[in-house]
Amino acid sequence: MARIAGVDIPNKKRGEIALTYIYGIGRSSARKILEKAGVDFDKKVGEWTDEEANTIRNIINSEYKVEGALKSEVQLSIKRLMDIACYRGIRHRKGLPLRGQRTRTNARTRKGKRKTVANKKKATK
Amino acid sequence: MARSLKKGPYIEHHLKKKVDAMNASGKKAVIKTWSRRSMISPDFVGHNFAVHNGNKFIPIYVTENMVGHRLGEFAPTRNFRGHVGKKDKKKK
Repeated sequence: MARIAGVDIPNKKRGEIALTYIYGIGRSSARKILEKAGVDFDKKVGEWTDEEANTIRNIINSEYKVEGALKSEVQLSIKRLMDIACYRGIRHRKGLPLRGQRTRTNARTRKGKRKTVANKKKATK
Repeated sequence: MARSLKKGPYIEHHLKKKVDAMNASGKKAVIKTWSRRSMISPDFVGHNFAVHNGNKFIPIYVTENMVGHRLGEFAPTRNFRGHVGKKDKKKK
C-alpha cells in the first residue's frame, strides 16, 4: 500500500490511473509526474520501489496543490465571489448554475432533487 | 473566449476619464454610468458607482476584490420575486 499526499492509498492499479485518486491530479498531471520521476506509466503502484515512490511524493509535495489545500482554495474563491456579490456569487448563494445555462428545465446538478410544488388549484366551475 | 491580453482590459473611455479626473483631484462622488461592460481597474477601488441595470441605477462601492470583474456583474438585471403560492420560502 502506497501512501501519497496524505490519505490516498491507491494500489494494484497502473501508476497513471492510481495517481488520479488524489484530489487535484488527473490523467494529464499524473502522466507529467510519472514522466518527471522516470517511472513507466504502466507500472503498477505495488511494483514501485520505495525510491520511486519517494521521488513521486516529493514531486507532488513541491509542485502540486492537492487535497485539502486545493479544496480550501476552491472554497475561498467561491467565498470571494459570494462576498463581493457579483453575478456568479449570487448564483452560488442561490444554488443555481453560474454560466448562463437554462434553468427552466434541467440544471439538476446545481438545484438538486426535484421539489414538486403541489398543484395549487383545481379549475373552479 | 477570453479577450486578448495584448489589448489590455476594456474600459469605456468616458468612464476612464471621469475616474482619472476624480483620482487627480482627490474628490469622491458617485459616478453614474451605463457602461456595464467596463472592467473594474485598480484605479476604481474606493469609488462609488451607480450602475444602470436597465431600469434604475444600482449603487456599488468598489473594493479591491472586485478588480477584474465588470461593473455589470454587480448590478443584476433580473429581479426574481418567487413563484405564486410558494409562501414557505423565507424572504431574502
